Amino acid sequence: MVARETTADSLLDVEQTWADRLAYWGRFWWRDRGGVLGMLMFLVVVFSAIFSPAISPYDPLQQNLRDSKMPPAWYEEGRWDHPFGTDNLGRDIFSRIVYGTRVSLTVGFFGVLIAGMLGLVMGAIAGYIGGRVDSIIMGVVNLVLSLPYLLFVVFIAAVLGRSLINVILIFGITDSPIFARVTRGEVLRLRESGFVESAVSAGATWPRIIFDHILPNLIGPLITLATFEMSRMIFYEAGLGFLGLSVPPTVPSWGNMLAAGRKYLTSSPWIATFPGLAIMFTSLGMNLLGDWLRDVLDPRLRRTRK
Amino acid sequence: MYRYFLAKIGQSVLLLFGVIVLVFFMVRLTGDPASLMMSRNASPEQMEAFRERMGFNRPVYVQFADFFTGALVGDFGNSLHFKSPALPLVLERLPATVQLAVVGLLIAMFIGIPLGLLGGFQPGSAIDSIGRGLALLGQSIPNFWLALIMILFFAVRLGWFPSFGRDRWDSVIMPAFVLGLPTLGQLVRLTRSAVLEIRSADFIRTAYSKGLEPRVIYAKHVFRNVAIPLVSVIGVQFGYMLGGSIYIESIFAWPGMGQLLEQAIGWRDFPLVQAIAVFTSVVVLALNIFTDLAYAIIDPRIRYGS
Amino acid sequence: MPTILEVNNLVTRFYTLDGVVHAVNGVSFHLEEGETLAIVGESGSGKSVTMMSILGLIPSPPGKIESGEAYLYDGYERRDLLKMSDAELREIRGGQIGFVFQDPISSLNPVLTIGEQIAESLVRHLGLSREEARDRTIELLDLVGIPDPKARYRNYPHQFSGGMRQRVMIAIAIACGPKIVIADEPTTALDVTIQAQIVELFLRLQKELGMAIIWITHDLAVVSGLADRVLVMYGGRVAEVAPVDDLYEQPRHPYTVGLLGALPRLDSRESRRLVSIQGAPPDLLIPLKHCPFAWRCEYAFDRCWEEIPTLQPAGLNRKVACFYDLERGKPRHD
Ligand SMILES: Nc1ncnc2c1ncn2[C@@H]1O[C@H](COP(=O)(O)OP(=O)(O)OP(=O)(O)O)[C@@H](O)[C@H]1O
Ligand SMILES: [Mg+2]
Repeated sequence: MVARETTADSLLDVEQTWADRLAYWGRFWWRDRGGVLGMLMFLVVVFSAIFSPAISPYDPLQQNLRDSKMPPAWYEEGRWDHPFGTDNLGRDIFSRIVYGTRVSLTVGFFGVLIAGMLGLVMGAIAGYIGGRVDSIIMGVVNLVLSLPYLLFVVFIAAVLGRSLINVILIFGITDSPIFARVTRGEVLRLRESGFVESAVSAGATWPRIIFDHILPNLIGPLITLATFEMSRMIFYEAGLGFLGLSVPPTVPSWGNMLAAGRKYLTSSPWIATFPGLAIMFTSLGMNLLGDWLRDVLDPRLRRTRK
Repeated sequence: MYRYFLAKIGQSVLLLFGVIVLVFFMVRLTGDPASLMMSRNASPEQMEAFRERMGFNRPVYVQFADFFTGALVGDFGNSLHFKSPALPLVLERLPATVQLAVVGLLIAMFIGIPLGLLGGFQPGSAIDSIGRGLALLGQSIPNFWLALIMILFFAVRLGWFPSFGRDRWDSVIMPAFVLGLPTLGQLVRLTRSAVLEIRSADFIRTAYSKGLEPRVIYAKHVFRNVAIPLVSVIGVQFGYMLGGSIYIESIFAWPGMGQLLEQAIGWRDFPLVQAIAVFTSVVVLALNIFTDLAYAIIDPRIRYGS
Repeated sequence: MPTILEVNNLVTRFYTLDGVVHAVNGVSFHLEEGETLAIVGESGSGKSVTMMSILGLIPSPPGKIESGEAYLYDGYERRDLLKMSDAELREIRGGQIGFVFQDPISSLNPVLTIGEQIAESLVRHLGLSREEARDRTIELLDLVGIPDPKARYRNYPHQFSGGMRQRVMIAIAIACGPKIVIADEPTTALDVTIQAQIVELFLRLQKELGMAIIWITHDLAVVSGLADRVLVMYGGRVAEVAPVDDLYEQPRHPYTVGLLGALPRLDSRESRRLVSIQGAPPDLLIPLKHCPFAWRCEYAFDRCWEEIPTLQPAGLNRKVACFYDLERGKPRHD
């Protein structure tokens, strides 16, 4: 018997040239171009939120009625010290857009955090305990999910009044059923797959099972969902702002800016244009990112990537 | 199958019960419905008189029983603004909203489904890129902003369409398009991914092994399977459009339920808001039942299932 | 018996993002009229890809048939399936060559009646009218042993059991009177008792209709009662081909020895998976320049690590691709 390992010299063309490697990485990046672009766009937004004071040339609240409704810099009457122009009160639109990222990201981040935690707990309980507890939790979940969502969000926001905390709570609570449903589905799938039972019979404790087996499997779908839901919340926050139902009117948020710009649509269209573009930029980035994450993180979809 | 539907209808009745409870308590979230509905500068005497008139000083369970029995027969009390029963005011607005949603859905279907089919048949082709780009845009453009931009260009600048109202036959086109765009995007995505999935199913390989023409395989074997998930998404999206037209109706001054909702919130006319919320939920729940029915009719696995 | 199908040097690769999968690397074999040829080999040895390549059923991209010939004989005439246009191939598929796939659950369209799925082939190839196709379909359902075929015509696949669905698949395959039926692991997904029924059905149909059968399987136990000849595949190549009894009595390839060793008793009916050979099959992403079985082979010597053995005649009606002569117990000289 010849005990010989498969060594490199027994194989053909295993040496990769640099061109091959470059081509491989090129293909890799090209395949994931959407995700990379989405990530970059998202990072731009995060960066502006963190460094708002350094980036924005003006105080976003500072009014200057003499310079009000000034068009963007590339218009004839525009000036480069107000690149996106000014609004009806002479506030610098660029600075307000930059500060607007703070409201949007705060709502999106904390909204998803609350929704995710509530949903995780509800879904996990429903999935584990099953039976009547499951029917009750899922009954509530289905109730919320079958309602006309926007209508009810507008309704609650109108009742509670304008404040950042209220908006975050509204989204955090109304959005938790989606997380609950995904969590429950995933927990049930894992239970059915039988490895939880085998882990139990192998003497694993419940916390062990949850942290070692369940959470790692849940994390992918939940992160993907969180990305999409955060994008949706940013969207809806702006929508509420547009109806005058989100943060107080003095706060520079994209929705508030749109609401104000709507009155000057025909005379000074830029006031409404830029916040809309900002929402679109953020949403586009997060959707691209979410699509990519879904492909990469969801093991059931991985097959289709080839 | 009949049992399946009886169960569905039973479920919907339960959900409706949940909606009524929710709507009752929503106006009491702040603790005092009277201060929510009265203007801020109402005197304490006026407040007390209002409480007396609305019955807010009775015990909560009495109020609930009252509201609940009223809701069952369509009595939501009088609108504070119009001083007349709330439900007829809502019903009056129904046709406009339905018209908007139907036209929006038709636009979405007639553009979205063919694009999704073509993209799925030839992934990576130019038409596929167009479809996917449109899907991404539909998901990322805030529709309240798009509405403004479209008014600016197509109504104000170009004068092609009226910018608001419902007096002309072509008034519906712009608002319906804006309302339908997210659905259009969803349909492109869903159709495309369904085609891609079905295309590589084993039974399609069987169809090829029979020597059938690709044309026949797509029209008969692929499309019938793609239609099944489409039906349920179309149903859900239609419900979403009926309950989600608030921005669009308010921007285009479209005299439907969404505009009424916005106005009612402005007037603090919460009995009217409650009537809108319950009524829209009923419509959406009924729609869900119809969707399930349609689903069962085209999917033999449910039609002849146990 | 005259030859009906002859495949020479078939090479099929898949160009995936992970690299090139060398799925089929020069497979040659022939099939005679009315015979049953069994193809055995581990999972991933290229059995399905070989058959799908012949009929142009390889998904492309990523798949590509790089070279080879596949002659379909009609008397003295022969035509190369690999050079045919799509339209010509469609005439062959379902018309002259029928296919039965492994998983009867997923291989039938869930939203069409089974009657429709059989009849559409008849309409396509024999030009029957809808009524004629319907009558013929009911006959076919009866032929493959489905009780109450008239009523069953209107049923959907989910209303059938797995074994019944496989009978429907068989009805589809034989509908237009093909000369060849390719059955790709037709019994793997079924219960043991149902497996035996399906094997018997095939034997009966072959006796009645006289078609040749290519039977792809993992299960050597089934092979002994069914096949005339056996083709053993390994790593996308043919390791050995021989009449069934000769192969069982005197395997000439060490891999075949391993396969048979995996059987408890030679002619036992008990089914066994081909798993008990040590080591893993070759990684098809890497093109080899030596015998693909060398590192699992207890007889491997220097030459096995230097070149790839080709298929050589080794006795009456049999061929083997191995440098070691198992019969004489020493390297082969050629
Ligand atoms: N569409 C495809 N893309 C990439 N690789 C493929 C594709 N189809 C088959 N292959 C590869 O080709 C090789 C041979 O596969 P094939 O299906 O012919 O094996 P098999 O012998 O039929 O195995 P099994 O007994 O499991 O059916 C495998 O390594 C498989 O991964
Ligand atoms: Mg196979």
